[in-house]
Amino acid sequence: MTQNGQYNFAYLDEQTKRMIRRAILKGLAVPGYQVPFASREMPMPYGWGTGGVQVSAACLTADDTFKVIDQGADDTTNAVSIRKFFERTADVAVTERTSDASVIQTRHRIPEEPLSEDQILVYQVPIPEPLRFLEPRETETRKMHALEEYGLMHVKLYEDIARHGNIATSYAYPVKVEGRYVMDPSPIPKFDNPKMEMAAIQLFGAGREQRIYALPPYTQVVSLDFEDHPFDPSKADHLCALCGAEHTYLDEVIVDDDGTRMYVCSDTDYCATRRAEGHTGTMGTPFTEDAA
Amino acid sequence: MTPLLQVKDIAKFYGNRIGCTDVSFDLYPGEVMGIVGESGSGKSTLLNCLAGHLAPDAGQVFFDTREAGLKDTVTMSEPERRMLGRTDWAFVHQHARDGLRMGVSAGGNVGERLMAVGARHYGDIRAQAVDWLDRVEISEDRVDDRPSAFSGGMQQRLQIARNLVTGPRLVFMDEPTGGLDVSVQARLLDLLRGLVRQMGLSAIIVTHDLAVVRLLADRLMVMKDGNVVETGLTDQVLDDPQHGYTQLLVSSVLQV
Amino acid sequence: MIKIENLCKNFVLHNQGSAVIPVMENAHLSVAPGECIALIGASGAGKSTLMRMIYGNYLSQSGSIVVDGVDVATAEPREILQLRRDTLGYVSQFLRVVPRVPTLEVVAEPLLNIGTDRDAALARARDLLARLNIPERLWALSPTTFSGGEQQRVNIARGFAHSFPAMLLDEPTASLDATNREVVLTLIEEAKARGAAIIGIFHDEAARARVCDREVDVTGFTPAKAA
Repeated sequence: MTQNGQYNFAYLDEQTKRMIRRAILKGLAVPGYQVPFASREMPMPYGWGTGGVQVSAACLTADDTFKVIDQGADDTTNAVSIRKFFERTADVAVTERTSDASVIQTRHRIPEEPLSEDQILVYQVPIPEPLRFLEPRETETRKMHALEEYGLMHVKLYEDIARHGNIATSYAYPVKVEGRYVMDPSPIPKFDNPKMEMAAIQLFGAGREQRIYALPPYTQVVSLDFEDHPFDPSKADHLCALCGAEHTYLDEVIVDDDGTRMYVCSDTDYCATRRAEGHTGTMGTPFTEDAA
Repeated sequence: MTPLLQVKDIAKFYGNRIGCTDVSFDLYPGEVMGIVGESGSGKSTLLNCLAGHLAPDAGQVFFDTREAGLKDTVTMSEPERRMLGRTDWAFVHQHARDGLRMGVSAGGNVGERLMAVGARHYGDIRAQAVDWLDRVEISEDRVDDRPSAFSGGMQQRLQIARNLVTGPRLVFMDEPTGGLDVSVQARLLDLLRGLVRQMGLSAIIVTHDLAVVRLLADRLMVMKDGNVVETGLTDQVLDDPQHGYTQLLVSSVLQV
Repeated sequence: MIKIENLCKNFVLHNQGSAVIPVMENAHLSVAPGECIALIGASGAGKSTLMRMIYGNYLSQSGSIVVDGVDVATAEPREILQLRRDTLGYVSQFLRVVPRVPTLEVVAEPLLNIGTDRDAALARARDLLARLNIPERLWALSPTTFSGGEQQRVNIARGFAHSFPAMLLDEPTASLDATNREVVLTLIEEAKARGAAIIGIFHDEAARARVCDREVDVTGFTPAKAA
């Protein structure tokens, strides 16, 4: 029971959490396979991370430290409200520091800082089925997964090249897990794809679509491509204007009515940490506690 | 010679109603067989049973597989059957939109079967797609257009290219010229005939158009109420029909 | 080469009170390689019916039609198809082709069907079209738009493209001018010389006298009108 005694720990009842944990364990046992689960109505709209929230609720213990990021940022509405939600319903410690967190719920990014074996990364997934846009029938896509018929996935990439001259898919870039299941990595930028072979456990929750899937630590994750158009985890060709980093995923920000742009790290915690260490970009000011 | 396809006592029922029953025949490599009959005669049901789209209630359909010779496709595993469906078999639907991905470019439509069997070189896939579009008389500059921008005849030709790109040995066609203008039909028939001969294809064509089978089919099977009432050489069945229904069918064709 | 024994044929008209019309009874015929036989008899006596039965176009009720060892009366469709492809040629009075196919291809098709090299097949087609006086500018066009006489000559060129060991000719010289008639008769003589067994229907008596070794009156095979 939480501080005000109105909710069970982490909002969901214990039976529901058990059900979700079973789905998570099955997902870990069959990496990349979409496990159906009985998604609950959550006190937030679909699209706000109901799947991720349910997975987080099933993972959290009272000793955990929780972090939420939305497009890399800890301070956007979505991140703040989910963090608050678990502060109130689970009374867990929260943090914005990637390295301090034991459970990190994310929307559309993987933190820049490498994660460790004692961390769990929970993704919010809007559409878990990578084949969906080309094959609308669920019965058919399930069969295609079961029989490893993944030619269609390459049709999508083919269409990209035919239309744009290169594989223009820049987020939700499909991957093949352990040489078996083709998986949608959620709408993370393709820049983050190589990071998915990591030490932490990765869990994916799709609330509206009622699917959970997972990657155990150090799972092989290969981005699909063509021999003559290999996968390229590109990003904007700039340095972070605040911390000067050249190896991070950047957000493009228009700063005035003349269209002047600045590029900044999308991972706010990473950028702040670098600035605290003394790195400064072209538009950055030396770090002070309130400058972030 | 081993038949390519050996059909034994296929039956399919819809509840009490007969879809088709007691159908048996052998199809040899290079042969084109027509199945004619009016709407509801069971010819499409039969075709779908043969092509693995419907599970027959009785009977066997043996196909001469490359690896293991004659094998019953009714009892083989689904992955195996689906593999046949994208390698050795082809299915040309009456409505091109049932057989094409309307949201995918012409090149992607043709390339899909190649990618489904493991092609991973974009340049090669595209080159093959262009080559096949050319064979079905679609110019190269349409390779990136979607089928929704094509005429009915072009869509049908695209569907044929998409099906034949992996070099199948058996093509199922369900009213391939249905709903097309007469002039477009002629072009399509000519194309199909040429491809059948060049590639040594075997084909089973379901149609109600006797002119189509006369031009394309070596052999003919006439169906009525789910039963085969007459079989034989196409010109023999059409010129000297033996069964009353076939006589009626042949005499009902309007002369031009 | 061609041997017919005890051949009978009825037409049953199921949609006209199942009327049974016997059209042939106990037909006998034998043609040796290099021999040309003319079928004679009044119109409706069954000359064309017999030809069609030999070609497998009409079914037989009983008896046998052995062509090069294959009994057409009982053969499987694919056996008949193979016979037609390799052994038994048929020049009918009417040309039936897929629209849009160029004349040259129409003529070369029987050769292409038996796997002849494309260049050789087209060369033979050109040769025959030239001999039959089809203007070269028409070769690339579909014969569907040609005049009746031109269509007939295209049909003959197609029929003679492959050197069939057995041939059926249905009025090959009808409505041809003297020059082309001469060409066709020469083609028939050449075929005989290379050993083809030929059965023909000729209304042209002079032509018949020139190329045919024997005449067979099909009236003898017509069932008595007693029925």
